Amino acid sequence: MIAFQSVFKVYNSHSVALEDINIRINPGEFVSIVGRSGAGKSTAIKLLTGGDKPTKGRIFFGQYEVNKLSDVELPQFRRHIGIVFQDFRLLPTKNAYENVAFAMEAAGRPQSEIKEMVPQVMEMVGLSDKLANFPHELSGGEKQRVAIARAMVNRPEVIIADEPTGNLDPFHSAEIVALLKKINELGTTLILATHEKDIVNELEKRVITLDRGRVIRDEEKGKYILI
Amino acid sequence: MKSFWRNGWLSATTVAIMLLALLVSMGLIIFSYITDQAVASLQDKIDISVYFKTTAPEDEILNIKSSLESMAEVKNVEYISSAQALEIFKNKHSEDQAISQAVNELNANPLEPSLNIKAKQTSQYAKIADYFNSPDLAKYIDSVSYAKNQTAIDRLNIIVQNVGRGGFVLTLVMALIAGLVVFNTIRLAIYSNRDEIGIMRAVGASNGLVRGPYVVEGVIGGVTAAGLSVLISAPIIYSISPYLNSFIPDLNIFNYFSSNVLKFTAYQILFAVVIGGLSSFIAVKRYLRD
Repeated sequence: MIAFQSVFKVYNSHSVALEDINIRINPGEFVSIVGRSGAGKSTAIKLLTGGDKPTKGRIFFGQYEVNKLSDVELPQFRRHIGIVFQDFRLLPTKNAYENVAFAMEAAGRPQSEIKEMVPQVMEMVGLSDKLANFPHELSGGEKQRVAIARAMVNRPEVIIADEPTGNLDPFHSAEIVALLKKINELGTTLILATHEKDIVNELEKRVITLDRGRVIRDEEKGKYILI
Repeated sequence: MKSFWRNGWLSATTVAIMLLALLVSMGLIIFSYITDQAVASLQDKIDISVYFKTTAPEDEILNIKSSLESMAEVKNVEYISSAQALEIFKNKHSEDQAISQAVNELNANPLEPSLNIKAKQTSQYAKIADYFNSPDLAKYIDSVSYAKNQTAIDRLNIIVQNVGRGGFVLTLVMALIAGLVVFNTIRLAIYSNRDEIGIMRAVGASNGLVRGPYVVEGVIGGVTAAGLSVLISAPIIYSISPYLNSFIPDLNIFNYFSSNVLKFTAYQILFAVVIGGLSSFIAVKRYLRD
């Protein structure tokens, strides 16, 4: 369902972010993309979500050829993906309820559905008592849980989490990973980009290792081995 | 709406800048009215006086008056007979004993009958004066005042034209400057929200959904600024109106303002809404591309 075919991303002759990436991810998989900082993880995520275009190669997401989508088609495509960012990226002038509801409004869902779904999803992430709180009133872990709620509220086929625990302490990191695992168990494909060895090794899921823009390892029930 | 209030300081700054621009535009409207009234007041003081010989028959003078009144350039003609001229003279100098005594001792009335002619436009006096160059009229006419005042009248014509043109250009330039200031203020406000726009795009919001709230905020800001502009202008105009009236007696800018307040409010709202809404629309555009 997700495929990278001979994908390159070159910024200039001294900066090759991705080199000949060939990956296939099937529905329902939990895949960790690992590597040290600068390995190309975030670049791969950015290309998959249409935030940039590859220099060469093709990227497929279901029926979409992502590298060929126009600025007008991208919003429609992004409603099939839930994205969780390292820096949470919540809208600061909206409270938790409104942040999650915004994702449904963006997808054109009616208010009646929004009023039903948002509290359910917030309960799933354990924040039903924080609906009226603004991002600056939440802890890091709580903000990330709101971000996860926003990512899953439209029941996307895939959730992509780009370093979701990067700004969190170990306790909250474990909480977030557990939540992501639970979401995957419910059937959503999950792509986790991270450089945190312990998290990956505990998951015992598929691990794709990048180094200097290349795939150097791709293992089911893999481990993150530091190079 | 929620976003407009939650971004309190930013919204207030944008409204303040728009308010300044609208106050400038209101000032220009009032200034334009004042200059129009000042020019009209000056124009009203200009006329041609035609003095007839004391032997000219009154019915001939009245015929000439009728002919003048039928001319398209003539606004009105006033006939002052010799007797009326004497009465006016006596009244004017009633305090001066020497002159009053001299007038009473006169056997005959030396004052000539006259016609005072006002034109619709100051530029038309030359044509009216030409009428009196006819040889048929020469036997009745003693003098025409136009020749003495011609230079002043011509200068006034030039001033009227230049004030008209200058006022129009000034209004255009100030409107452009005001529009650009408002546009840049809104652009800066949206620049400070660029991260937010990026987040909206990342969760799949369409261009319309991203842009919509900012355009609405621009419109709300515009309407608020327009309302405040009228509320602030009213007491200022009320307080300066008496001072201006002392310079130009027929001028009452507060009356002009209050009788046109609905029209001014509509113009202000239209200008502000167009500028505010359009500026937001254009300013968001660059952030809708990845």
